[in-house]
Amino acid sequence: MKESVHDYSVVRGFAYSALFWLIIGLVVGLWLAAEMFYPRLNLTPWLSFGRLRVVHTNGLAFGFALAGIFSCTYYMLQRLTRTPIAFPRLARFHLYLFNAAIALAALSLFAGMNTSKEYAELEWPLDVVVVIMWVVFAVNVFATLARRREKQMYISLWYIIAMTVTVAVLYIINNLSVPVNLFKSYPIYAGVNDANVQWWYGHNAVGFVFTVPILAMFYYYLPKTVNLPIYSHRLSIISFWSLVFAYLWTGAHHLMLTPVPEWIQTVAIAFSIFLIAPSWGSVVNGYYTMRGNWDLMRTNYLTKFFVVGITFYGLQTIQGPTQGLRTLTAFFHYTDYIVGHVHMGTMGWVTMIISASLYYMVQEMNRTEVYSVRLANLHFYLILAGQLLYTVTMWIAGIQQGAMWKATNPDGSLTYSFIETVASLYPYWKIRFVGGLVYFLGIVVFVYNFVMTGRGSKKSSLDPGMRTA
Amino acid sequence: MGIYSKPALFALLSVVLILAGTFVTTILPIYMPSTQPVSRYIKPYTAVELEGRDIYIREGCNNCHTQTVRPLRTEVARYGEYSKPEEFAYDRPHLWGSRRTGPDLARVGGKYPDAWHYQHLSDPASVSPVSNMPAYGWLAGRRLDTGYTFRKVSVLGYGYSRQEVTEQIDSYRVRVTAPDYPARDVRSRVTPPEFRNYLTEMDALVAYLQKLGRDVKELEQGRQVALQENESGKSEVQ
Ligand code: HEC
Ligand code: HEM
Ligand code: HEM
Repeated sequence: MKESVHDYSVVRGFAYSALFWLIIGLVVGLWLAAEMFYPRLNLTPWLSFGRLRVVHTNGLAFGFALAGIFSCTYYMLQRLTRTPIAFPRLARFHLYLFNAAIALAALSLFAGMNTSKEYAELEWPLDVVVVIMWVVFAVNVFATLARRREKQMYISLWYIIAMTVTVAVLYIINNLSVPVNLFKSYPIYAGVNDANVQWWYGHNAVGFVFTVPILAMFYYYLPKTVNLPIYSHRLSIISFWSLVFAYLWTGAHHLMLTPVPEWIQTVAIAFSIFLIAPSWGSVVNGYYTMRGNWDLMRTNYLTKFFVVGITFYGLQTIQGPTQGLRTLTAFFHYTDYIVGHVHMGTMGWVTMIISASLYYMVQEMNRTEVYSVRLANLHFYLILAGQLLYTVTMWIAGIQQGAMWKATNPDGSLTYSFIETVASLYPYWKIRFVGGLVYFLGIVVFVYNFVMTGRGSKKSSLDPGMRTA
Repeated sequence: MGIYSKPALFALLSVVLILAGTFVTTILPIYMPSTQPVSRYIKPYTAVELEGRDIYIREGCNNCHTQTVRPLRTEVARYGEYSKPEEFAYDRPHLWGSRRTGPDLARVGGKYPDAWHYQHLSDPASVSPVSNMPAYGWLAGRRLDTGYTFRKVSVLGYGYSRQEVTEQIDSYRVRVTAPDYPARDVRSRVTPPEFRNYLTEMDALVAYLQKLGRDVKELEQGRQVALQENESGKSEVQ
């Protein structure tokens, strides 16, 4: 099978789209982080925190992460089936439609057209566009699979299939609404049911965008990078099916101690604890795939992205279930601690894996070495340091915030007014901004290095740490 | 192995698996009336309050404010009675939020006079110097668009006639523009002259904020009465 039959133009297109939306989303994130301690930055209505936060979350979850996922999916799909994309022109249409949708999404969210449901903020006309885009994508996934030349589907393809069908179900059910006009609609669900459906969606958006396709990448690009097969096929089967089954029961861990029926909360917590098993199934499978070749962490620049990324995934999937427990959620829910959780997952796990996968692909597609291993290492350490500074600061801030909300005087009255708790957080928010800035610098290095590699430049053939594969 | 070489079957099995949890935890509860009970004490939003709510949504206030008081001692001490499912029967969408950068607002209705809200919304730092809430003074410089209000309440099934909607809007406008409106001074100060005789977006937002949790007092009183009736009924039998 010669590689030349593969169509990599959409893979490249989505890769550059991911980088573009990553930069935009992070600039917005930095602005947002600064607004928290310097509210004068709320210069105009469209720059005000309430609108901007939504641009940040959508821009990164759907602009950056999804574009990265599409890029890697079109690549893995072709390699693992040994078949070119079934409908290359449809795939190109997908690329344009995707970027148009994200651009319109950003503009409409800046303008305040916003359903308020987290990660499902887009108004109904854009929902329709998103659904069409997803169908276009799914058609190519299944048509390529149908024509595949490799009979057995590798693990990554399972995760891709699961994402493709589940995101469709999630998105459609949660966005069912009645339009008032072109720019406004109301959901068909009311009150408690609306909250319950929303967080069933919200959690599984995390599950099937920030977890499942990222695992697909991990299972493919890690073995490719270290040139060793995945440790246990059986473990990956068990992990896959139990993850896909269990995720959907856990949405209410976002609604602990709210008016959502208690049995739903209890079921959610039980399944959240259970989720540790399949999550760690993948973590352990990843570690064992290294088979003790830990020197690759030093000699092969990409390995550390995967190993450190899966480590943050492991930490994330322990932190998640524990922070949902009733006693702990009482303390941490609504605080910065959760913001710390979010960003360990996104900055640690999701970005580490996507950036390493993109490096790997650009090298393979262009049959070249990375422009500079040194810059890739710099990128790695900057995003690692930035992320740690960000998340650890937010955990401490969250613990302080939770404690201050709960503090009482001997007579039972509250020790702190709300505004005192806000005032006490300013130092943490400033440190978080610095963390975000360090991380952002790392991403700038990444983008530069990626673009230079894509142009076929090579800094020095004597660059240390060339891939051995 | 069979399934790993049959993509369509694989996809189907995945769908069945994900629908299990979906069905039990989200679809089933919709058909259980106890999930979202209704109470005669909780009234739907008026036309103006609903418009205010939509501005709350547009500005993403829910990104900093929650609207559920949890049944925890310190939380009840800080905000008031904890939230009951009945309160949300008319909330489409719900606005519970996930982050409490600012305080919970589920019980803010009646906590402050209207004047406080006009002042606070237009310049939070003037009320609370270390606040990081954005200033929303510009809302007072925008006329409230009521072109779709009737359609909105119809979609939501609040049961108001077109005329009732017009009356609700007019009477609220008369209230806030009247010379004896208690918040008149602040309202005039924050509202540009050319908008003072109209309903502005800020007026609607304040109306909405004042509605939050207002019916709950009656709900709780109703519960007390029902409880007492129950008990006296029991003692008569004995
Ligand atoms: C950046 C986060 C942020 C956003 C966005 C925000 N607020 Fe606030 N809000 C706060 C903070 C912090 C406080 C507490 C300090 C103060 O009173 O200003 C507060 C206080 C309030 C209070 C007083 C609550 C009380 O019990 O004292 C009200 C009412 C309020 N906000 C309404 C709104 C509305 C309406 C919007 C949207 C138009 C909004 N807020 C947007 C952060 C925010
Ligand atoms: C420079 C780096 C970043 C900075 C400075 C930043 C900043 C912020 C800020 C200030 C918030 C709001 C927190 C609050 O309301 O208290 C936020 C929320 C969020 N960010 Fe980021 N962010 C960064 C990177 C990312 C990345 C890379 C992603 C995803 C790929 C991401 C996804 C999110 C999400 C999903 C939320 C919502 C969290 C929630 O609702 O609890 N962020 N971010
Ligand atoms: C076993 C796996 C996981 C469990 C059980 C879990 C659990 C939780 C819980 C309980 C919350 C809500 C906290 C609160 O509001 O009080 C939460 C929030 C969140 N988690 Fe996780 N988590 C898991 C894995 C992940 C992963 C891998 C990511 C990847 C980025 C992630 C991203 C998020 C995000 C973005 C939120 C914020 C949602 C919001 O409020 O807007 N989680 N998680």
